[in-house]
Amino acid sequence: MNDVMQSLIDIVGERGVSNAAEELWFYSRDPGVLEPHKPDYVVAPKTTEQVQKIVQLANREKIPVVPMGNGMALTGLVIPLKGGIVLDMKRMNKILEVNEKARYAVVEGGTSQGVLKAYLQENYPHLRHSIPDAPSTTTIAANVALHGQGRLTNQYGFNSDMVTGMEIVLPTGEICLIGSPSLGPYWFSKGPTLPDLSGLFLGWLGTTGIITKLGLKLFPNKKIREVEMFVTDKAELVPEIFYKLTHLEILEDVNAWFQPKPLIFKGNFHITIYFTGDAEEEIEFKRRMIWDALQEFIDSKDGGFMNVQYTKDMLLEMPQRGIANFADVPKGGGFEYSGPITIIEHFPQYAAKVIELAKKYDVLYASSARLICGGHCMMFSISFAFNRNNPAMMKRVKEALDEATAFALEMGAVPWKPNFMEQQMTMKKIHPATLKLMQMIKRNLDPQGIMNPGNWEVI
Amino acid sequence: MYKLKFNDKVCATCPSSDCLLKCQYMTFSGHKEAHAEMMKIIRGKDSRVLHECATCYACEEYCKRGNHPFYLISERREEKGMFTAARPITNQWINMTEMQGKFLVGDIKDKALSCCYIPELGVLGTGEIFKDVAAAGVFGAEFMCPAVHTHFAKMSVIKERLPVVIENFRRLGVKEVICLHDECYGTFTSIASAYGMEVPFKPVYYMDYLLERMKELKSKIKPLNITVAYQRPCSNRLIPDKLPLVKKILKLIGVKMPKRVYQDENCLCCGEVIRSVSGYKLADDVQKRNIDDMLQTGAEYCMFNCPACQMALAEKVSKRGLKPVHIIDLCKMAIGEKEREVA
Repeated sequence: MNDVMQSLIDIVGERGVSNAAEELWFYSRDPGVLEPHKPDYVVAPKTTEQVQKIVQLANREKIPVVPMGNGMALTGLVIPLKGGIVLDMKRMNKILEVNEKARYAVVEGGTSQGVLKAYLQENYPHLRHSIPDAPSTTTIAANVALHGQGRLTNQYGFNSDMVTGMEIVLPTGEICLIGSPSLGPYWFSKGPTLPDLSGLFLGWLGTTGIITKLGLKLFPNKKIREVEMFVTDKAELVPEIFYKLTHLEILEDVNAWFQPKPLIFKGNFHITIYFTGDAEEEIEFKRRMIWDALQEFIDSKDGGFMNVQYTKDMLLEMPQRGIANFADVPKGGGFEYSGPITIIEHFPQYAAKVIELAKKYDVLYASSARLICGGHCMMFSISFAFNRNNPAMMKRVKEALDEATAFALEMGAVPWKPNFMEQQMTMKKIHPATLKLMQMIKRNLDPQGIMNPGNWEVI
Repeated sequence: MYKLKFNDKVCATCPSSDCLLKCQYMTFSGHKEAHAEMMKIIRGKDSRVLHECATCYACEEYCKRGNHPFYLISERREEKGMFTAARPITNQWINMTEMQGKFLVGDIKDKALSCCYIPELGVLGTGEIFKDVAAAGVFGAEFMCPAVHTHFAKMSVIKERLPVVIENFRRLGVKEVICLHDECYGTFTSIASAYGMEVPFKPVYYMDYLLERMKELKSKIKPLNITVAYQRPCSNRLIPDKLPLVKKILKLIGVKMPKRVYQDENCLCCGEVIRSVSGYKLADDVQKRNIDDMLQTGAEYCMFNCPACQMALAEKVSKRGLKPVHIIDLCKMAIGEKEREVA
């Protein structure tokens, strides 16, 4: 046994570390199309202090450290591109506090979306958090670290905007509190009115530190959730439909999506509109507001509401499992997407590009867009399904996604959770002074370059 | 291409204009106006009827002179390139009901049990009542009555697909097709006949079958002693001669159906197609009046014939205290095969 292995065992115990071939195989890949790469060790800490010691060891030995939640980003963000330690955070899964009146929760860095959801349902049924459409096992810290979105993103912004404080183990091993918890016991603000240091970690994809505790905003959980679905066959109308809907300021979530199969969906753009209320009267009032807002499209016969009774239960699921079903249409369960954040006016161009790419690379598409913060922007997912047992199909999907990212950058979009190659494309286009600032931050926070190397390699 | 058999002279000499005067969704000043509008439609001219018709099918029943006013309205709308509902909704229906070679055919001999393209019918057509025919079920777009496209003024789809459906049944070699979907029976009898399509098997209305079976199972029946309000479906307007079956079946199983305003010929649509065609205001109004009327009879159950109506109204009637139930399930409850429905 080598010294590093023994040191890791000393820190987390024998059951918390492994370099067994089967474990390394598992931790070398994610469900996306990127090539796997094996780590040297997999470590599962239970405390912040253990994380600190692991980082200190990694600094001494100059070993890469890749913090990992559930590894479901799909873009290879936790594939250890340069080996080293994969730090599986899932054993740090405690809910530390819920401040009911201030509406925030404090959770450990490996707490899953499902655990928090279940806890709130059982103990605080009138509170909820913004749940992404990812498996319940995905972690809250990883989601905010990559600026994820969720059910409440249209109302309140990116899930990372909902952070109310952080505890970070810096790449040099110091434990650092961000926001109001750095001054007292309350986790109500990640920055204001202090300088907002959360930006040193959010969006950096685990290259500037490890989130070990996280404060997260909670929101009222209304008694009734409802859904309507508006359908049009004209992509050019979708931005105006978004605009009319967001003007209402009453919607929980708005998603537009299109896919060629099954045939019921062929040729149309579907806009799923979620809204909530505490009474039937409130729901019916909101429903009428939604219908009235889109009346001009109904009158012109360009759009209409489809009956959602058959699919209502599925649509109201949180998270929705339909995405997993799509992944298995070509069999083999593969699914990946490029998700640029862009302005809603560009919906038609992106929609056309998706269809063009699917045809060019002979792959199956299912794209969607989620409105962010009342329509200031949207996440447009250019999604392709593939068979994991078909390397040729995976190659075509990868090429299509690369082209999609290049297109998005040309259109002025910001790539969301970009893989390491997309990060490089982004850094080539980014303003030189911005890149220089990123270099200064990275160099100062991670002087040894041990944190998730290969990602955001600005230096 | 098949052509609608429509006798202009019958309308020209019609003394009542009931087809339009009785309409629950359009109003006319009297016979003169209604008659004039109908004649405009016949002559291929524009008529406000073409813009206002909510596609409830009722004029097919109101006309006692054997013409097909609703089919003609739909034909004219299509000829003029009009869409009743939004174009994407119309096309969605065409696409989702397209034949793709994905269908189910059971153990067929001389009878088939048609489940149309509605999964719920496969569940309803089981148990003691259907024990002799359940294994002969057929399901899929290949066996679906395409009458729904009438709502969307796409008669061309019906003329294209219905002969294929009929041919698919013919190839099964069946003598009888028991139609679990009210609209299938209406299609094979009313629509096929109106377009001169030959049906080489005997369509059997499921309520005829149900009535006979319940008579055979009489010894097992324990009267339910409940009160229901019946939601008559649009397609039942195509086969008004079958309406009395409901009362006969209910009598056998000890179910009361008190008189209400919106029943029989004066029944109201479930509202969901109206929502697509005429908007939510009319649909909400129709559904509210309908459910209010059901409740004032003291009914405990809202009884359905068509699964599509049930899907449209189940949640709404439940919220107002009525238990939604299909008439087949009521029969199953009466012979102790099914628990009583709860709201």
